[in-house]
Amino acid sequence: MTILARGASALALLAMLGATAAQAQMTEVGDGEGAVSIVAWPGYIERGETDPAYDWVTGFEQATGCMVDVKTANTSDEMVALMNEGGFDLVTASGDASLRLVAGQRVQAIDTDLIPSWSKVDDRLKDAPWHTVDGVHYGVPYQWGPNVLMYRTDVFPEAPTSWNVVFEEQTLSDGQSNKGRVQAYDGPIYIADAAQYLMAHKPELGITSPYELNEDQYKAALDLLRAQRELVGRYWHDAMIQVDDVQNEGVVASSSWPFQVNLLKADGAPVASTIPEEGATGWADTLMMAADAEHPNCAYRFMEHSLSSNLQSDLSVWFGSVPAVPAACSDGSGQQTQEGCDANGFQDFDRIRFWTTPTADCSQGEGACVPYYRWVSDYIGVIGGR
Amino acid sequence: MSVLADSGPRPAREGVGGRLSDLLWRRPGVLLALLLVPPLLWLGVVYLGSLFALLLQSFFSIDEFSGVIDRTPTLKTYGELLRPANLDIIWRTVLMAAAVTVASVAVAFPIAYYAARHARGRWKALFYLGVMLPLWSSYLVKVYAWKLILAKEGIVGWGFDSLGLGRVLEAFLAVPGIGGNSLSVSPTGTFIVFVYVWLPFMILPIQAALERVPDSLVEASGDLGATPGQTFRHVIWPLALPGVVAGSIFTFSLTLGDYIIPQIIGTSARFIGLAVYQYQGTAGNVPLAAAFAVVPIVIMGSYLAVAKRLGAFDAL
Repeated sequence: MTILARGASALALLAMLGATAAQAQMTEVGDGEGAVSIVAWPGYIERGETDPAYDWVTGFEQATGCMVDVKTANTSDEMVALMNEGGFDLVTASGDASLRLVAGQRVQAIDTDLIPSWSKVDDRLKDAPWHTVDGVHYGVPYQWGPNVLMYRTDVFPEAPTSWNVVFEEQTLSDGQSNKGRVQAYDGPIYIADAAQYLMAHKPELGITSPYELNEDQYKAALDLLRAQRELVGRYWHDAMIQVDDVQNEGVVASSSWPFQVNLLKADGAPVASTIPEEGATGWADTLMMAADAEHPNCAYRFMEHSLSSNLQSDLSVWFGSVPAVPAACSDGSGQQTQEGCDANGFQDFDRIRFWTTPTADCSQGEGACVPYYRWVSDYIGVIGGR
Repeated sequence: MSVLADSGPRPAREGVGGRLSDLLWRRPGVLLALLLVPPLLWLGVVYLGSLFALLLQSFFSIDEFSGVIDRTPTLKTYGELLRPANLDIIWRTVLMAAAVTVASVAVAFPIAYYAARHARGRWKALFYLGVMLPLWSSYLVKVYAWKLILAKEGIVGWGFDSLGLGRVLEAFLAVPGIGGNSLSVSPTGTFIVFVYVWLPFMILPIQAALERVPDSLVEASGDLGATPGQTFRHVIWPLALPGVVAGSIFTFSLTLGDYIIPQIIGTSARFIGLAVYQYQGTAGNVPLAAAFAVVPIVIMGSYLAVAKRLGAFDAL
């Protein structure tokens, strides 16, 4: 979807919701209010309690006096739900949540002039459509990464070159079928992974973006997922359960995050990850500020901190993601190195189709695409074997 | 009496405590109200009130894109319950709850029977302890332990393999509908863990019911020429039925509402509890979650009505 079309659809929604409230934007960052509360993915805000080497909160608290309070959320839907409840200042929203938050007026536009380190942000992310609506920025890029294909090296001596190992039944190198030995992500956004696979293998469907599917394309993606249901023993949504399944349940290939791959490697499991020829879906998270943030000054200070401190570098090592500030890969602000960034997908930006919320109005026309709520209910149906 | 009458009515007592004491003595209704109001408040406001607040939500709907709740009363959300995928969830859960209940009765009855009618002294204490002990450890720990036990490379699979019965297990797991890649990712695995976790809630009521069956009745039945089977069918079972029904209410409703076990063990197919948890907790679709929450209430309501009609509560 073009920025324009997305902006238009978001605007249409805003109008639909009767949105008129104008945000009173800040003009300067004042003294901190002593606290800031953040909704974040697990592992995104670390204060050295899990591992003393990974701490990007204590320094911020000492420098600004803003005590950081974190509420973790496991899915994008949960993040939207938490922000709808209110009471938080910041959220690390992925692309499949960010526009919903903008449309629901849960986050406010930010002034990038108040964030001195904005210029350091990766140019590829600065105006990304998942946080920029009509040229207005709704947050600062936080981290991004691909949904990689994880595989066991003892079953795949060579890295698989296609996602077909998780989508189509086949005999693997050990002479056994892949049936029951692959996993898929337990979230509706995974329908996009199927659509992306079809982009490469069924060009006659004419899919241009896996997040903009008309009825026919959508049906083809669901059919592919129904066939996949026969291959998948259990869908994964909890990173730790997936780690356990690879170790004890004989899972040999699955969509995954670099996070689990790193955990398994650290445990000595024979796994590796790759981005197959079809490309990969990915997440790009944005630190967004709540519309009714109680601590706006601390929130602005944390946004600046997220770009200028060791956060980008250390977090990308910790989570297996890519910094939103390219310099963080090599400037020694944390433990990340250029090799590490490349391993996490730094060079693969163009091969990644980032999570965005599917909307009915898309580049194929107004009301031409299947909206997200149908993705939710249909994917529950697919997992239930329907 | 005359001495008392001479002294006249006793003067009112002094002090706050004294007056309070007098008040409670003269107006027993006040005492009753004082004792009843806290539990009634608890039941009425905290318990039923929050339940009704939840049910009220089921008449709202949700804006499907932004996830903002629209508070105009509508039946649209209940319409969504009738979608095939959601009906699947309801049927799957009810079938599982029924299967778990039947299996729990089958496993629990002999245990309860032995504990109630044969175990004595130290053995009896040991039985109680054995039944209660699993309840004292964390539910999550037990479920994760079962995930490992039932895993493809877990002890059950290993046991079958060592006995040369690996094929039997494989053949069983190949059965569509109940099988899967391993026990831990099959509906059978979910079923086994449900039965394990809820079993104490079935054993204890049955045991209590069996304790109250007089030995003399069983002996009389035998003296009148009944076979053990007839004695069981006509004497023991009817008298134990209230316990069985009480236990089945526990196992049935607990299975209907549970959302942890199907999340960790099984095929990822949703159950009602998990659907409520996901719609409410992660999708923010409180109306649909509330509508789903009404389903077990309706099912349990009908279940209790049927149980009452069968006379399960006559002995209470």
